[in-house]
Amino acid sequence: MNIQNTQWVTIGALNDIPRQGARRVIAGPKTIAIFRTTQDEVYALEDKCPFKDGPLSEGIVHGKTVSCPITNWVISLETGAAQGADQGQTQVFPIKLEGQTIQLGL
Amino acid sequence: MAKQRLVIIGNGMAPGRMLEHLFEENHAAFDVTIFNAEPRVNYDRIMLSPVLSGEKSFEDIIIHDDAWYAQHNITLHKGAKVAKIDRTAKTVTSENGITAPYDKLVIATGSDPFIIPCPGHDLDGVLPYRDLDDTDAMTAAAKQGGNAVVIGGGLLGLEAAAGLNTLGMDVTVLHLMPTLMERQLDSAAGYLLEKELESRGIDIRCKSNTKQIIGEDGQVTGVELEDGTLIKCDIVVMAVGIRPNVALAKDTGLEVNRGIVTTNGMQTSDANIYSIGECAEVGGMVYGLVAPLYQMAAVAAKHLCGPTDALFQHSETPTKLKVTGCDLYSVGDFAEGDDREDIVLRDANMGTYKRVIIQDNKVIGAVLYGAVEDGGWYNEMLKSGEDISDMRDTLIFGQAYQGGGELDPLAMVAGMSDDAEICGCNGITKGMITSKITSMGLTSLADVRAHTKASASCGSCTGLVENVMAITLGDAFKLPEVEGMCGCTPHDHGTVRRLIKSQGLKSIPAVMQELEWNTPEGCSKCRPALNYYLVADWPGEYQDDQQSRFINERVHANIQKDGTYSVVPRMFGGLTTPDELRAIADVADKFEIPTVKVTGGQRIDLLGVKKDDLIPVWDDLNKAGMISGAAYAKGLRTVKTCVGTDWCRFGTQDSTGLGVRLEKLLWGSWSPAKLKLAVSGCPRNCAESTCKDIGIICVDSGYEIHYGGAAGLHIQGTTKLGNVETEEEVLEYCAAMTQYYRETGYYLERIYKWADRLGYDHIKSVIYDDPVARKDYYERFLHSQKFAQVDPWAERVKGAEAHEFTPMADLTPREAAE
Ligand SMILES: Cc1cc2nc3c(=O)[nH]c(=O)nc-3n(C[C@H](O)[C@H](O)[C@H](O)COP(=O)(O)OP(=O)(O)OC[C@H]3O[C@@H](n4cnc5c(N)ncnc54)[C@H](O)[C@@H]3O)c2cc1C
Ligand code: FES
Repeated sequence: MNIQNTQWVTIGALNDIPRQGARRVIAGPKTIAIFRTTQDEVYALEDKCPFKDGPLSEGIVHGKTVSCPITNWVISLETGAAQGADQGQTQVFPIKLEGQTIQLGL
Repeated sequence: MAKQRLVIIGNGMAPGRMLEHLFEENHAAFDVTIFNAEPRVNYDRIMLSPVLSGEKSFEDIIIHDDAWYAQHNITLHKGAKVAKIDRTAKTVTSENGITAPYDKLVIATGSDPFIIPCPGHDLDGVLPYRDLDDTDAMTAAAKQGGNAVVIGGGLLGLEAAAGLNTLGMDVTVLHLMPTLMERQLDSAAGYLLEKELESRGIDIRCKSNTKQIIGEDGQVTGVELEDGTLIKCDIVVMAVGIRPNVALAKDTGLEVNRGIVTTNGMQTSDANIYSIGECAEVGGMVYGLVAPLYQMAAVAAKHLCGPTDALFQHSETPTKLKVTGCDLYSVGDFAEGDDREDIVLRDANMGTYKRVIIQDNKVIGAVLYGAVEDGGWYNEMLKSGEDISDMRDTLIFGQAYQGGGELDPLAMVAGMSDDAEICGCNGITKGMITSKITSMGLTSLADVRAHTKASASCGSCTGLVENVMAITLGDAFKLPEVEGMCGCTPHDHGTVRRLIKSQGLKSIPAVMQELEWNTPEGCSKCRPALNYYLVADWPGEYQDDQQSRFINERVHANIQKDGTYSVVPRMFGGLTTPDELRAIADVADKFEIPTVKVTGGQRIDLLGVKKDDLIPVWDDLNKAGMISGAAYAKGLRTVKTCVGTDWCRFGTQDSTGLGVRLEKLLWGSWSPAKLKLAVSGCPRNCAESTCKDIGIICVDSGYEIHYGGAAGLHIQGTTKLGNVETEEEVLEYCAAMTQYYRETGYYLERIYKWADRLGYDHIKSVIYDDPVARKDYYERFLHSQKFAQVDPWAERVKGAEAHEFTPMADLTPREAAE
């Protein structure tokens, strides 16, 4: 992604997302899943598992990974890459966290 | 020839093994009667420490269950302590008045724990560590928390200390000598062990001499040392040694020294009386580890069957400590001496220590701490007396190093000779295992255990036995299914459940911390399981962790293929009303729900509800008096019924009414897997009760309760639990069974699998035959329901978990949205 063209949009506050949880952001045809870890890091991935399109926002978050609710594939929140023996990639979106405010880069 | 009467006093590990040999030699020769002071069957006493720490249950360590005694026509008098042997009349008589005549008698009374006769030793709360009752008493004390003092830093004392520490007590160990386990370890290894135990928070005080035990109102409150130090405590465990239990033998005039004196054929000074186990003294020695006792058992069995030249022979038995994470191994003689050489290897970083003691170019002893893989190899050289001059320089690095091989455990086992001992407890060599595997075609660890006894006692050799199997069987050998819950932990579900209870773990982070999870936050396999276990075990205390539930249980609806949801309101017993049906029809119209279907569980499924509509749909259904049907839950789903006496010509009871009552009682409860019931009004079984998790069949005289059916991928008919007469009983029995399943089932394990695992007879003995146990489970179920019977729809309509149902933001440009 070309950083210069990134548009930052405020999408909400940190506390809108439960720890070890996720919320959806609708961006036109795309749905983006916003994750919050136990350590209050925030990550954004397209809400689509690379394997069977499962909604990652509905998976179980553990560490910096999420398990797809449909296939149990484990996807890295940092890189969007499938972990372990599985091969696949989900699109990652940049996040800026200023205080409580979460900004999503599109 | 008439059968000989064989009477055995004591039902410990030694005579248990002797009987197995006896039945192998000659099954029909004896009528066997056993007297046991303990009120129970023969169990693996060695494994009491894992029971104490909660890693195993008593059932796990039973060696011979009741069925075994029945199968061999053995009369076992439980809780019957023999008070007298009459050698002239050839009878024994127990304290509770049972007399049995014998042709041959075996005394196997084991040992008594030694209690220091200091002031206060008879206070309440001063416990020995010898049998299940002692273990139970410690577990009960640990439930109150507080402080424990263990007197004695030997094998038993340290196992007790580690167990009590695991259970959350503050433990102090008082040891008279300068280092721990001085009989098995040299001071260097003793020091490492002390450091390890201290790092776990156990307070170790060597060179401590107990002066007295102090109490108030007959209950122990502390221990005073010779130097005046006072240590407060709530229990004292005395583990300072054992004394062969010889009182009976002495009273009856047998020759007794330290133990009951026997020949190398295990015969006492009376030709008709044998003695084996810790109470026996053979060749001037008494023993306290099972390996030699098992040898005595084998020898005695042969002599009972007729003339033989089998004789007991002394050999060194290695010692291991069964405290998880403290690996130590010691065998033979490790005293220092001018004629001896030591080879020592220390690794301070790894905290390991190895020492091999050599005399005349032969290994005579070994002490290993932290790196114990080579123990068996050194022991093999010790036994064979092989000359080690050639490998003297590399000996200490272990077997794998010889010939520069890789550190591959399989290669190591492959390199062992057939005479190498694999299982120390049972004296089983590699050759014995391989020949049994080949001759009997054994392929599973369980079979090898059953036929060779290898790894059947303390279990610490299990890995070696598996390696022997792998080498012998090649590809045909499958390691036993990995039983760990998931990659995050080596513990299986059963162990985790027991430890949650015994250690009082009440949150997912606490479980992961205390049970040493190897991932920071678990995974999608273990988290939902742990969440269920905690919900089931600590009702009202544990806060359900939504983030550890699968999506269906988080949003209380089933997610469908296209990302929409299905909504199923509860219809108790399959009954509905025109008003409910009208409300459902209105909802379907209002929210344009594309599909309305009648389910197999006698209710109505609304399919294709959009996520954003879930809450308003539930709101409307709630207003019409309906609640969630939990069609998504690992919990109670439905109670299906037929019409019963109200309408049916054949009906024997009010099956619909009973179904409604059952569902009203059970709804809302979470269980390991989904739970479906049915009530049929007569044996024609229109509600299909006989393939349900729990099924009721009404009959003229009352109700038959069935359970353990399956009708999914796997099809299995139910098994009958028993008959009851009233509806109240049906409710109590079903709720008690559900609770038993909730407390002991593994996550995702359906009732039929659970019952296959526990055994139908066992479940019946708890739920049907034992009114006290049943009441307990029933009451625990009712208690748990107080917190579980909350309609999740109503909660969410009121705003709970709102984040699940709406997007955080909608960035779709206006134009595009229109
Ligand atoms: C906590 C613990 C851990 C251990 N760990 C190990 C280990 O790791 N490795 C190892 O090799 N060994 C270990 N041992 C020792 C091992 O358990 C014993 O050596 C073995 O159980 C002794 O067997 P036995 O048959 O001689 O006696 P026991 O198993 O003690 O059985 C004797 C039985 O006789 C009964 N009895 C006594 N008097 C009478 C009477 N008058 N009438 C009727 N019944 C009577 C007693 O109630 C008892 O049930 C451990 C022991 C304990 C307690
Ligand atoms: S060494 Fe104890 S069971 Fe094998």
